[in-house]
This record gives sequence, structure tokens and C-alpha cells, in this order.
Amino acid sequence: MSDPLVTFANVSRFYGEVLGINKVNLSIPPGITSLVGPNGSGKTTLMNLMTGLIRPTQGEITVLGIAPDHPERLCKVVGYCAQFDAFPKGLTGYQFLYWFLRLHGMSHEECDRRTSAALERVSMTAAAGRPVAAYSKGMRQRVKLAQAIAHDPQVLVLDEPLNGLDPMARAETIALFREWGQNGRHVIVSSHILHEVDQISDQVILLSQGYVVAEGAIQGVRDEVKEQPMQILVRCNDPGGLAARLFLQDHMVEAKISRDRKGLLLRTNDADSFYLLLNQVILDSGLEVESIAPADDDVNSVYQYLIGGEGATP
Amino acid sequence: MSEHGGTELWLRQIAAVLRLEMKKTFFSKRGWWIYCLAAGPVLITLLHWWVFESRRVGGAFNHRLGDDSIAFAALFQFFYLRATIFFGCMGIFSNLFRGEMLEKALHYYYLVPMRRELLAIGKYLAGLSVALVLFVGSTAAAFLTIGRHFGPAWSDYLYHGPGLSQLGSYMLVAALASIGYGAVFLLCGLFFRNPMIPAAVVFVWENLNPFLPSLLKKISVIFYLRSLCPVEVPVPPPFSVMVIDADPTPAWIAVFGLLAVSLILLAYTAISARQTEINYGE
Repeated sequence: MSDPLVTFANVSRFYGEVLGINKVNLSIPPGITSLVGPNGSGKTTLMNLMTGLIRPTQGEITVLGIAPDHPERLCKVVGYCAQFDAFPKGLTGYQFLYWFLRLHGMSHEECDRRTSAALERVSMTAAAGRPVAAYSKGMRQRVKLAQAIAHDPQVLVLDEPLNGLDPMARAETIALFREWGQNGRHVIVSSHILHEVDQISDQVILLSQGYVVAEGAIQGVRDEVKEQPMQILVRCNDPGGLAARLFLQDHMVEAKISRDRKGLLLRTNDADSFYLLLNQVILDSGLEVESIAPADDDVNSVYQYLIGGEGATP
Repeated sequence: MSEHGGTELWLRQIAAVLRLEMKKTFFSKRGWWIYCLAAGPVLITLLHWWVFESRRVGGAFNHRLGDDSIAFAALFQFFYLRATIFFGCMGIFSNLFRGEMLEKALHYYYLVPMRRELLAIGKYLAGLSVALVLFVGSTAAAFLTIGRHFGPAWSDYLYHGPGLSQLGSYMLVAALASIGYGAVFLLCGLFFRNPMIPAAVVFVWENLNPFLPSLLKKISVIFYLRSLCPVEVPVPPPFSVMVIDADPTPAWIAVFGLLAVSLILLAYTAISARQTEINYGE
């Protein structure tokens, strides 16, 4: 496995005359990558393509150097927690994991060990003997996640994995993603819940109507949105004085002083020049600065700027 | 063993598919009507035995053992082959892929590092195991029951006459029918969103067989199965005038021909399974 990337080269997928995704070029490195976009933007199509469940109309895909039309090789390194809330009939949670591991060709002992470990990882050991049909939505989501990680894949693909989970389970699941991402694996997640995506992602891929509109680390993506002024929040002892100095500059667009009179929200077309000027103001006037932080380099803001926000849950 | 396959791994994977499918589908609620179909002929022969057993006690017996032999041949050819096994195999085999698609659970199989050809073979073998148990078992049970009211004469017919040989032939035909129709309906289940439509076409074709020209007769499963049946069933008038006779096929050609056709269909299904996508119609 010399190629550590998941790559899409000019990939399009049409469902009859309906566009799924169009001319997508991506190279996804290890770490946590979030696919963000409204319903119908192509997130699930992208995931189904990289796991070999559907084929591209044109273009080429490789996952760690493996083409998805070789499931016997691909599925050793890929685990997919799909959006479908359905399970094979008549199986308990344990049997669901165990039997699909047996299809890998593993021995009974190996399958038993991996099944128990995966169920333990998602806190489902106590319910393992109950039929999946009797599980709550959150339990079904967790047992699907357990099934996706049970064979220890290098690439974990998760379609809306946090749906139906209670806050505790969400926190545990996010911790699992972080652990896998930090171990040099790919964790590719789609989600509508943007603040959660923001918390966990190393990079994001923003999709709209089948096209990739932006990709990369979220701060980098924000920097590329030139037409929207950057928002920066400065907490200091004299926000009014600071605003007066800053408005002598051309790149400043707007400044708002907060109600507590200790914060200044700025909008500027040139963040680098702003930071240089701020340093100068601090040196010249002895301004006491408590904090400086970008106010709109989160996924939600970028999403709003690029896509307009339809269908997403901030 | 190669890096990605090897006979040992493939056999383990096929065995795992077979066991999983058996666990999921054997005696499942979904298949209740198939069990009824298989039990139907046995119930008919049990009823037949009970009616004539009660008449024997009264001393009135208006038919011979040979009549029951022909009655079973008719039951087998017109009910077992054309209804029980045909529709039973349709229910079992067309659901192996289509049922998973309807339940939106096929993707779990497709996300396993296993050649899709092996998945198709494993599913076919699971369906075949169920079909053989149900239909060959039912055939044997019905045959052994139909003449029991003759008492020692029936035992004599079985053990010293042609009975056991006929039973073997019927069981072989039931097994071949399961193999042949199983391969047909596995293919239908993979390719057609509604397997009832191709099943109806095959059903009409198979039932028109006696009235088709001899060349067309041979493009069917039923023609070869009938030629393996040990007892000829006379076609009653007015249908008898429409029947076109064809030269009977030698038994070995019928057996190997059916197996070969089934193998070709299964191979085509297995290769096609590799190309199929998950499309749950959403």
C-alpha cells in the first residue's frame, strides 16, 4: 500500500439523466475529512463510489492505490458505515458482526475476538445478545459503526454517523474518530451538523449540486473566500480607540463594539495588514489585548459564504 | 494460495455465506408459503391414504396399485414440477439477491473482501440446500404415503417391485428441477426489480411445452425433467389432440444437459454479480 491517498480523478456519476457528482478531482490524505453539503449535493454518491457500491460514469478512483472494482482487495482496507438503517433479518448484534467477519474468511476464534472488541469499543457489549430489530436508533447506529471498524480498516467511511446518537454516545464516537485519525488512518465523515464537523475535522470538502466547491483545512478554505471580508474579534481595554485607529485604513469594512464595551468585532479585506497594524497600535498606545480570534473561519461560516446554507444545520 | 484468494479461502467464504444464509432464511417467517407448497402434495397423499384406509376397513376398494402409481406420476408432473418446485424455487432463489435489495441489506455483503462470484455461489448453494430438503424430502414423503393403504402389497411393490427405483427417479427429478429452476430464478432475482414478470414468462413457456414443436420443446427445463420421470402420464382429451410428440431424450443427456445449462446460468449470474451496483431505488 504505497499510495496513502484516496483519489478521485475527473470522476462523474450520473443516475440516468440525474447528476450525482460531476468532474470531481480530490486527493484525500490520512486524518479526519468531512464531507459537507446540503441534501443532494453528492456526499453519499462520493462515499458509495469510494467503497465500490456504485461505479463512476467516468473518471478513476483509487483508495490507497486500490481500484474499487476489486472488492476482494478494497474491502480489506475499507470500512463503511452507510446511511441505510437496515440490517439482515433475524440476527442479534453479536451475530451481525460475527457472521460478516466470517465472510472475510477469518476463523471462529478471530471473529469472536474481533466482534467482542468492536462491540466493546462502541459500548454495545450488554446488548450484543439482543436482536438488532429490537435496538433503538442510536443502538443501531452504534452497531453499524462497530461492524464498520471490526476488521480494523485503514479507511473508515461514515455517512452521517452521529445521527440518532445521544450526547454521551456522540462524544464517545467523536473520540473514536479522533483516535483513528491520529493513528494515521483515513476517517471520512459526512455530516449536516456543522459545529461537530468543525470540532473534529482536519480538512473539509464542501459540496454543492454535485460539484466540489472547496476543499482543504477549514482555515485555508476560509482564506480563499476573498469576496467575503474576514471577521476578527479582539477583546481589549479600549475597543473604541482601536476602532478609531483601524478605520484610517482602506481595508477595514466594519467594526462593532460589543455590549460589554470590551470586545471589537472587525471585518477586513486584508487580515495580514490588520494584524500588522494591530501590533503597531499595541506598541504605540499600550493597548491591553485579552484575546484575538478569527470569528468566521468555522465550517458554518465558510459553508454560508460558499453554498448559501440551504439544507445545512448550523 | 495467492495474496488475494486461494481455494482454501474461497471455500471458507462460500461456506460462511451458506451458513449465514441458512441461518437467516431456513424456516424464516417470510418463506411460510414455500413450506405450505412443499407440504401440500404430502397432505394430498395423506388424505388419499386416509380415505382409502377407511374404505379398506369397509372392504370396498375400487382401484388398483397401478392407478396410484399413475396418480402419483400425474401429481408429480402437473403439481410438483409445475407448481410446487417451480414457484418454490422462484420464492427461494429470486429472493437471495432481490430480497436483500428490498430489505436494503445487500451492501453489507458487498462490503466484504470477497469475490462477488463467490457470494453468488454461496447464496445459490444455500438456496439449493433448502430446496433439496423441502422438495426432495416432500417428494419422498408423498410417494411413500400414496400407496400405504395397500398394506403388504405396497411394501412388496416398494422392496421387490419397481417402487424404490421409481422413488429414486422422482427424487432425482425433484433435485434436478431444484438445480435448474434455482439457477433460472437466481439470475432473475439479480437482474429484475420484479422477478414475477420473468417468472410468469418462464411459467407460460414451461406449461406450453407439450404443445410446442419438437425443436422448441427442447428449450425448456420441463422437457428434460419429464423424460426422466419413470411413469408416463396419458394426456386426457381434448388436450391429447394438441400434443406434439417428440423423441424422448436419453437419460444421461437429460441429466448432464440440465446440469450444464444450470452451470452456465450460474456462471453468468456469478460474473454479472461483480458488475452490479447497490441501488435501493432511493
